[in-house]
Amino acid sequence: MWTMARQLKQLGIMGINRRNADFTLTCNPRRFYPLVDDKLRTKQLALEAGIPVPELYLVVEKEFQVRRLAHQLQPYESFVIKPARGSGGDGILVIAGRVGANYRTSAGAILPQAEIDHHVFQILSGLYSLSGQTDQALIERRVDFDPCFAEICYQGVPDIRVIVFKGLPVMAMLRLPTRMSGGKANLHQGAVGVGLDLAAGVTLGGVWRQERLHEHPDTGHSVRGVALPHWDAMLRLAARCAELTHLGYLGVDMVLDREQGPLLLELNARPGLAIQIANRAGLLPRLELIEQHHRELTGVEARVAFAQRYFGA
Amino acid sequence: MNNRHLYLLALTLTVLGLSLFLYKALALKFPLRPEAESYLWKVEAKITFMADNEPVKVTMFVPRSSRNYAVTNDAFISRGYGLTTSTEEVNRQALWSIRQAKGLQTLYYRGEVRRVETKEPPLTTPTPKVENPKFPEPERIAAEAVVERIRRRSADTDSLVSELIHLLNHPEGRENISMLLGKRTSPAEKMELAVRILALAGVPARSVHGVNLKDRSEKVELVHWLEHYENRRWNPHNPITGASGIPDSYLPWWRGPGSLVNLKGGSDLRVNLSTSRDLEEAIQSAVVRGQIKKPLLLQFSLLNLPLHTQQVFKVLLLVPVGAFILVILRNLVGLATFGTFMPVLIALAFRETRLLWGLVFFSLLVGVGLLIRFYLENLKLLLVPRLAAVLTVVVGLLALFSLLAHKLGVEQGLSVALLPMVIRTMTIERMSIVWEERGPQEALQQGVGSLAAASLAYLVMHQRLVQHLVFTFPELLLVLLAAIVLLGRYSGYRLTELWRFHSFLKGAD
Repeated sequence: MWTMARQLKQLGIMGINRRNADFTLTCNPRRFYPLVDDKLRTKQLALEAGIPVPELYLVVEKEFQVRRLAHQLQPYESFVIKPARGSGGDGILVIAGRVGANYRTSAGAILPQAEIDHHVFQILSGLYSLSGQTDQALIERRVDFDPCFAEICYQGVPDIRVIVFKGLPVMAMLRLPTRMSGGKANLHQGAVGVGLDLAAGVTLGGVWRQERLHEHPDTGHSVRGVALPHWDAMLRLAARCAELTHLGYLGVDMVLDREQGPLLLELNARPGLAIQIANRAGLLPRLELIEQHHRELTGVEARVAFAQRYFGA
Repeated sequence: MNNRHLYLLALTLTVLGLSLFLYKALALKFPLRPEAESYLWKVEAKITFMADNEPVKVTMFVPRSSRNYAVTNDAFISRGYGLTTSTEEVNRQALWSIRQAKGLQTLYYRGEVRRVETKEPPLTTPTPKVENPKFPEPERIAAEAVVERIRRRSADTDSLVSELIHLLNHPEGRENISMLLGKRTSPAEKMELAVRILALAGVPARSVHGVNLKDRSEKVELVHWLEHYENRRWNPHNPITGASGIPDSYLPWWRGPGSLVNLKGGSDLRVNLSTSRDLEEAIQSAVVRGQIKKPLLLQFSLLNLPLHTQQVFKVLLLVPVGAFILVILRNLVGLATFGTFMPVLIALAFRETRLLWGLVFFSLLVGVGLLIRFYLENLKLLLVPRLAAVLTVVVGLLALFSLLAHKLGVEQGLSVALLPMVIRTMTIERMSIVWEERGPQEALQQGVGSLAAASLAYLVMHQRLVQHLVFTFPELLLVLLAAIVLLGRYSGYRLTELWRFHSFLKGAD
């Protein structure tokens, strides 16, 4: 047991206690949490700073507004319903199209309007919110993901998670939905995490349910060696988010849209640790290097360049 | 920088807690281990009568502390009555009075009684005067004949009294004693007669009336004894065998003639005596009886609180212990549980039912609750009404299970407390959300994790030694706090993370 712990330490693997004690608790002042916990505020913040986000269609704040929902949704063929304060991808409903008066989810299920209304009610009553307080439902554009993911994605939209420490990208991971995750890009729910070469934006090996793997479990295509377009733009976007939120240790979730390029999806003040397994690398050596040098680096360009130089595969 | 502050704080807390603890343990001789418990008896007298719409006066004898018993926390419950208590010679008496009362009246007396072990010699009392019993003429001759008989058949006063009691209990075929008894053959009347006959023989004696504290009982009979005075003290005699000595379980209530309750201004008087008992730590009774000297520190001890408040604190002080275990299980082991401290609350709920039944009962209730919750899910209820519906169903289930358990003769299921019920409802709701969002595997994992954590917390919290230590030495909580604070800065791996990151280790080989 002790040898195991010592080995992990040598590899620089960060455990959850270490993350909480030395990074999220000390680098992330509590008062800035609402900026990232509320997706609506994150969106507004990003728009003010000129960071592209998926277009917001509607916000449902109160129960009575649900009655008008069917009417308001009419112009949109596909959309995503998500709780403003949800966590871990809970409560996100992706509507891919319409079948007559009904809706079709990205997983292929057919839902009547009543089902949609009920889901929104659940969101409003706080079922998915972090502390159970009442919530708002956001309805936004469904991202049409970049064709580079076509072969390694099963339903849903893959997203890219970048850990940013003191404004520098540290580690990145591509998250691919699977049949098991129900189209959600959440590792807890069974999505595949694929490590990314921070220098070039090319995928490395993957991790699925704690195990390493090289092929997507549903499509069978190799998840290795896929080059992501707009990589530099994505890193710059991620680096800018740190300034936006005043958070020292941050997870930035982005999607790659076919037309609009990288879009900011959400921010996370307590990003998970599975990214280390996906990248087969520990976070700690990188974080320590940043600790030593981050004061010398001013400006987004310099920070991204530093990260690409030192944290490449 | 921060860490030095932290260590300093932990050190201060530990030193403070330990020095207080050592002072109490070594200097004040507080017991380190839970000693044998003793019983604390609660005696209650309930008086009911019909008032005749005129001034009412009720007098009642109440027990007083003696060499063998300490009577504390007297309570007299009477609506609208004035109350005075007085001590006359050997008896303590309560007097209730009211200007006017009508209809059914109920008065209560309650007291807490503890056994006392004293090594002091019995108190000496001045020799009482022997009053002339004033038997009427034919009875006087019979009484004198009885005295003659018992004198002849005894060697000393002790055997004289024994002989008399024997005679009183077996009057068949003996004319003199039968005539004296007449129709008054109740135990109390026999003792009064014995006192008078002994007075005729020049032996000071008195009757004693009290109760046996043996088992808890709703209806306790008075037991009457006899005492005679010799060698500057009172010597008790068993009313049946006449043997001298009094059992430990006998609580004297009052002495001498006169009945327990006297009523003026009412009718249909009924008196019911009942006893119940509670277990009590030996230390507690020692403090109450004043055996442990009370320095200033002890004035602020929890042992000085009223008994029912102490009971609350006995439970409350265990919560930090449970929380500490949760800290270990979550931050060092990495066990997933519902809510942060819900397992501690579940463990508290187990106190009522014991572990095994608690686990069975809890799983059963949560399982059925979950099924109903999923059924309600179909009806598309909103969150708060749905929670309320689940709560309602849980209450119903609880009643049903209790009824079933009772029918099956399993008493453990019967303890129903408010807190555990709310905990169960919250568990059901949380579990169902996790079930929907993360799948049944995760929900069951967390459910089992919660129960395992609760069981462990229960097992530790239920140790008598632990209970004794935190209650007698609450300052140990400071040491616990220091440990919690130190664990708060633990940034090493959790046990489950070793498994989580095991793919790295394989790669390293």
